Amino acid sequence: MSDVAPKPSDQRLERMPDIGCAPAGSPAERHLAELWESAPGWRGWLSTVDHKEIGLRYLGTAFIFLLMGGIEALIMRLQLARPDQTLLTPDQYNQLFTMHGVTMIFLYSLPVLSGFSNYLWPLMLGSRDMAFPRLNALSYWIFLFSGIFLYSSFPLGQGPNAGWFNYVPFAGLEYNPGPNIDVYALGMVLLGISTTVGSINFVVTLFRMRAPGMSIDRVPILVWGTLTASVANIFAVPSVSLAFFLLWLDRHAGTHFFDVINGGKPMLWQHLFWMFGHPWVYAVVLPAMGIVSDALPTFCRRPLVGYSAVALSTMATMLLGFGVWIHHLFAAGLPTLAMSFFGATSMVISIPSAVAVFAWIATIWLGRPVFNTPFLFFAGFVLLFVIGGLSGVMTAAVPLDFQLNETYFVVAHLHYVLIGINVFPVVGGIYYWFPKFFGRMMNETLGKWSFWVMFIGFNLGFFPMHLAGLLGMPRRIYTYAPNMGWNTVNLVTSIGSFIFAAGILIFLVNVAVSLRRGAVASANPWDAPTLEWATSSPPPAYNFAVIPLVASRHPLWEDRLAEGESRTRLKEGYLLMEGRETIGTTPLDAKPDIILKMPDDSYAPFFLGLFSALVFTGLLLDWRQFTILMLLASGLSLVVWLWPRKSLLQRVTSGKRAEGGFHG
Amino acid sequence: MIRYVFFAGVLAIVSSPIALAKDTAAPLNYFLHSAGPASSPTMVLGWVLTTVVAAVFLIITLLLTVALLRKRTVEDPQAIGPENQGMAWIYIGTGVSSCILFALVIYVLITLNTIANPTRTPALTLTVTGYDWWWKVEYEENDAARYFATANEIHIPVGEPVLIKLKSADVIHAFWAPLLAGKTQMIPGLVNRQWLEADVEGIYRGQCTQYCGLQHAHMGFEVVAQNPADFRKWQDEQRRDAEPSSALEVNTGKEFFMAHCSGCHSIRGIGAAGAHAPDLTHLTTRRLIAAGLLANSPENRIKWITHAQDLKPGARMPSFALSPGEIAALSAFLSTLN
Repeated sequence: MSDVAPKPSDQRLERMPDIGCAPAGSPAERHLAELWESAPGWRGWLSTVDHKEIGLRYLGTAFIFLLMGGIEALIMRLQLARPDQTLLTPDQYNQLFTMHGVTMIFLYSLPVLSGFSNYLWPLMLGSRDMAFPRLNALSYWIFLFSGIFLYSSFPLGQGPNAGWFNYVPFAGLEYNPGPNIDVYALGMVLLGISTTVGSINFVVTLFRMRAPGMSIDRVPILVWGTLTASVANIFAVPSVSLAFFLLWLDRHAGTHFFDVINGGKPMLWQHLFWMFGHPWVYAVVLPAMGIVSDALPTFCRRPLVGYSAVALSTMATMLLGFGVWIHHLFAAGLPTLAMSFFGATSMVISIPSAVAVFAWIATIWLGRPVFNTPFLFFAGFVLLFVIGGLSGVMTAAVPLDFQLNETYFVVAHLHYVLIGINVFPVVGGIYYWFPKFFGRMMNETLGKWSFWVMFIGFNLGFFPMHLAGLLGMPRRIYTYAPNMGWNTVNLVTSIGSFIFAAGILIFLVNVAVSLRRGAVASANPWDAPTLEWATSSPPPAYNFAVIPLVASRHPLWEDRLAEGESRTRLKEGYLLMEGRETIGTTPLDAKPDIILKMPDDSYAPFFLGLFSALVFTGLLLDWRQFTILMLLASGLSLVVWLWPRKSLLQRVTSGKRAEGGFHG
Repeated sequence: MIRYVFFAGVLAIVSSPIALAKDTAAPLNYFLHSAGPASSPTMVLGWVLTTVVAAVFLIITLLLTVALLRKRTVEDPQAIGPENQGMAWIYIGTGVSSCILFALVIYVLITLNTIANPTRTPALTLTVTGYDWWWKVEYEENDAARYFATANEIHIPVGEPVLIKLKSADVIHAFWAPLLAGKTQMIPGLVNRQWLEADVEGIYRGQCTQYCGLQHAHMGFEVVAQNPADFRKWQDEQRRDAEPSSALEVNTGKEFFMAHCSGCHSIRGIGAAGAHAPDLTHLTTRRLIAAGLLANSPENRIKWITHAQDLKPGARMPSFALSPGEIAALSAFLSTLN
């Protein structure tokens, strides 16, 4: 063992973990189940901190928001199908497109990826949970409550109506005196808490929670994608939270950050918003690209071509992503030199994407693809990614952007990016990991139907938007005159969007049917290489009975890889069973470092989330006493959460004193 | 089966532009039409970029399709391909893409430099201010004697660079006459600048492109490019005050206007000085009313006055309930504003 389990660097360790096996049905395995499983019924449901449960909730909740945003889009497409339509009033249309954007950007695309990452990270990394399981639960609850908070504006007839970008002064008190913008501003600050604590959790998990031997160059690309997205969030979210907080102060406390009459600057909003807004675009596509990079090779029966290049391109994209926000401001009258610089950066950012595209094509080319449903989604994604990337190059060209900006060309581009690069991999990923999630396979026939209907509907719906843009159709108009030349393209787009929606519907039917009647899945039905497939389907509450000792990038393919050497140990390893425990490892080379005590289930995250949401509700409705009461309740939940517990200390046991090492 | 459907999908993407590009008569179609030096280099850039992008797309689609469909000889169906293989794809693919991109970056920056400033000093400077939801156009602000303002219709002389100062009276709007130049935001508290020049006489459609609230969709305008002689004649006419005749019906209409409309609208020469709505001094010389929504006919003017909220819900112009007598008088009065 000493070759794979080097000496720990932390001399404070007072206990050596046992090495052993815990096969299914053994007393050790039953003991682990007792330790890790949540209480049955609603109590367990509210208090669980299991990353798998939280991941699935994230996925389910994000999908519900996807459907709401989709319904909003379909209503808008009915309005735009013909010129001079009067199905919606301008105000209804403006609320719909605002909430459509808010929903899809903030309540679907990032949370859905958090769902995947939450579910998959510990399994892929060979850990028993995330670094901070309670923080994880909190980030879910706050996401859920802020979604409900934002949507509560609809029944009040006061949906946000200033667009998801919410430019001032239109979003200021003078032009929007109702609570509509306050709902958005407070909802975003609340949601920012969820994103931030979630991101911190991902970063720490990546650096400390990998199984021994899973060095940084052996983690799946999805992990790289989520890591870079999380680091980006930690830097970008404060910018937008600040923007919304300043806006709320302007509206309620009489400050003048954006108020021109008193010296405020509307441009401040644009900079703060897009300094967040552009890196965010990469935050919602990089993990999705990671899904493809990890799952596509499974169906090609060969490892991803150029692992290191793709991992580096992921990070390069994110770094460059912080240098391109100005391209949202090309029409704002900036100096030519500034625009030249940011225009060039915006074009050059597609070079890392080219690395990924050629890596995927090479993987397919050199492999032997199996045309299962997930593979169709991933292969289709490559094509949509290319279209979205190329139209991105066109919009990055500054003079051309003076024309394309704020037309339907940009709408087409961003839908190819967000649906093509986010929704297709997500749906493909659900087909791929469904057996792991629920222990059942999804139906292949329905699966292929759902892909083709979605793929054709999507292109039919969104490709013509490019043309609408070139024909000069501005964004965010609730109607148009019949003589503008936009009739055909809009009709085709509306038809396509309904076909696309039908594809999503087939997918949902497939999920519903397969949950009950799908064929029972084996542990590794796709013959995939990564660690999550080493567990049973679905995985037990503790993920791994023994913490595996990882020795390569493709633990489950080692024996068949030409140059591979079978060294990864899955059956025998660290047996940690004195309470909820897992191994902490060093950040880069994943040497075992510390025994981590993981927290028990707790109601504290739920109540802290609930009370913080109520604090924001109080602020929205101007209930001062209620707000203060809820603040106190939040503080109390935090005290309960942080109350020192003996169970979190490492306990010295049965004379097994480490003499500076795990194994003596 | 799947392969054919895949081809069908690809074919749908490739053929849809051809099938749908019929509507070239669209008045805002900047991709196929341009009318001046501030926009034509951009149009050419658009063609070059589209060609390059389409070529790259076709090549990648071809590579992907062959990768998917090419025949493989399978010796051992269980075998896993070697890991350190295929890097040439990344080196060549990324290398070629980078060369293309760098060339494009240079071309883009040259184009940007070309259109950034006019080659000659603009002969004419005017100010356009965005309002919810119409455009105020002011000429010769610095000379009170020659100053005049109009709305939603910008006249410029052909063949001369024109500098336009862009302001906003309320929220952010964006000024966009795509056949003449790209768009520029109008930001409260700032004065942005943009220049344009028309090579040929004509009427060019423009539109607000920054979402600005309820009637963002109906915030259009027109740029009328005239030969310099006609333009100067038009200017001289615009400087004159309105001189409504003293016929009884016209006078009744004028009184009605002063009582109900002059709080917002101004008409030089009769003492109406409202500042929130378009200047109507020479109303009948304009082609369109309601920020590009309706043709400027006597019937439409009345329709607009009586049904503004049906035609443009949320506009600042209220719908007036008028008696037939009032309609006739107001219509007669407005018809004399020429």
